[in-house]
Amino acid sequence: MSRGSVRTRIAVGAGRVAGIASRLTGRGQGATISGRVMNLIAPDLLAELAADQQVVLVSATNGKTTTTRLLVAALEADGRPLVSNSTGANLTSGIAPTLASARRPGTAVLEVDERVLPRVVDPLAAELLVLGNLSRDQLDRYGEVHAVADRWREVAESHPDLAVVANASDPHVVWAADPARVTWVALGLRWRQDAATCPSCGALLDWSADRFDCRTCDFAQPDAPHRLTDDGVVIDGRTVALDLSLPGAWNRYNAALAIVAATTHFGIDPAAAAAAMAAVRTVAGRFMRIALGDGRDATVILAKNPAGWTEALRHVAEHPGTGVVITVNAHVADGKDPSWLWDVPYECLAGHPTAAAGERHRDVAVRLRYAEVEHVVEPDPIVAARALTSDDVTIIASYTQFSALYRKHR
Amino acid sequence: MSARESAVRIGLVYPELLGTYGDRGNAVVLVERCRWRGIPAELIEVRADEPIPDSLDVYLFGGGEDDPQLMAANGMVASRDAIVRAHAGGAVVLAVCAGFQLVGHRYEAADGTLLEGIGLIDMVTRPGPDRLIGEVVLEPSASAHWGAAGPPPRLTGFENHGGRTTLGPDVEPLGRVIAGGGNGDGTGADGALAERFVGTYLHGPVLPRNPGLADRLLAWVIAPTGGRLPELASPLEESLRAERLRFASAGSLRSWWQARRLARG
Repeated sequence: MSRGSVRTRIAVGAGRVAGIASRLTGRGQGATISGRVMNLIAPDLLAELAADQQVVLVSATNGKTTTTRLLVAALEADGRPLVSNSTGANLTSGIAPTLASARRPGTAVLEVDERVLPRVVDPLAAELLVLGNLSRDQLDRYGEVHAVADRWREVAESHPDLAVVANASDPHVVWAADPARVTWVALGLRWRQDAATCPSCGALLDWSADRFDCRTCDFAQPDAPHRLTDDGVVIDGRTVALDLSLPGAWNRYNAALAIVAATTHFGIDPAAAAAAMAAVRTVAGRFMRIALGDGRDATVILAKNPAGWTEALRHVAEHPGTGVVITVNAHVADGKDPSWLWDVPYECLAGHPTAAAGERHRDVAVRLRYAEVEHVVEPDPIVAARALTSDDVTIIASYTQFSALYRKHR
Repeated sequence: MSARESAVRIGLVYPELLGTYGDRGNAVVLVERCRWRGIPAELIEVRADEPIPDSLDVYLFGGGEDDPQLMAANGMVASRDAIVRAHAGGAVVLAVCAGFQLVGHRYEAADGTLLEGIGLIDMVTRPGPDRLIGEVVLEPSASAHWGAAGPPPRLTGFENHGGRTTLGPDVEPLGRVIAGGGNGDGTGADGALAERFVGTYLHGPVLPRNPGLADRLLAWVIAPTGGRLPELASPLEESLRAERLRFASAGSLRSWWQARRLARG
């Protein structure tokens, strides 16, 4: 293998040693530390490693890991050599080891953190961006939504020929992507609490026709040639059914976005792409089943922010009587401010056996009290799940709660 | 306590603009703490394209991002007379974060944009050198404004703001900052306290984390002549409050550094 300069090869080797050490000592899965070591030794590493790869970058507040996984499924079924950061390590430190693992020229499908995206488009010479949605997330460290959208827009303005597949229904995404060469797909937008004002002029957006239109300037939802409907994804007028193994309406958005990218950019038959995606059952621990030790299993769903929690709750509310464990931490990776609990309509859990868990179980318990949802309080999510008497249990977890469950039960 | 003829009208002003930090929680807590006591209450949302009415019993102004705050400022200034009239007539105002900044005379945003506030409270807000982000603990001011029940116990919350607020000479702060930043103007204070008015940088949201503060706001509405509310046990809220106070005292070294940094300007 010939992969760049001597310095790059030394960096990759040192990074791999660090990654193995991290796994052996049980500190992590190794991707992040491995990448940090690589970036430290060779700052131009990303550009060198990406030189023989067609790079696709997938970013969004919610769904980037799953959208990446689904796009990979479609491309793999098409027989392409590819690499992807399948563990969800989506900073530059996670991207470098992924690229280093490529053994021949091919396609790299990379999930990228929203704030990292603007920094890596040029070094990676990305040829396609897949942009899903932007909403409030960990405001204590990410800052406000419009600031992220503005950074994305600078990328589009400086790369007017860059191919982008983007959600036409999210005003922040439309504002960000519009200056580039965009293929729009209308996915719909159910979480609108961050979409009240126009990203262009700041005036109120009119949502009365179930699509956005600025009341003051000419910013409006673009007409999209592709869209998601109850029957499936409509691509240039042809409907392709989505028969996913992954649960929840939000995974239909992810799949529709991935199918449009696979079809319009890579020329893959949409039905073949949909079939490949249908076989995906879990994504880096999301939707995994955990044995509770009493003959029952629990399904684990990751929810990171109000938009994600709202979708997860809608999903469990469609299954009356399902037990639900709400398990929340407030570390840096969760956001240290759990005030978002009050943005989420936990009222819909009334009638479900419910538990408040996690290090911030007290915050959850207070929230559930005011939602008038009866609940048990138990910090350990597995003990909490066992305490619920329902046949089925779903554990909805914040990021570090989810990671801990994944490490223990994968 | 006199019997009310109508439900307590809890007004959540511009939730789509001033609702960034779970601000709906403050409204939900006030409504439920009335209902659990057998006092009828209703949550009234004032949408961003509607005038703010003068008929509400409680006005809640919450936190918001820059563009939404600008839109909210325009609406609040257009409805200034209704808000001032309602407050003078006995209504309670809780103003948090961006909403707190807008009840003053003016607010200068980080990019230099100057927003006019409604001038309900004698105060101004300027941009600071950095954002104040983290857990906050306050010792509430010992003020006659609290009424018969006296000040609530120590308040806990979370702040995330870039503004520095200076109160006029006759305005009391809500409390003294034990941990965190607060108004950030070097006085070691957070918020403002006046007759039937509480302003603060504590979101959190502040009322679920501090049921004592919620009940003092309700007492101003329900028992304006100085009576007390019926007792309402709040074991979950008190457990949360106690845990947050323990957390803040464990982080006191960190906040000591923050205070030193602020004092040096």
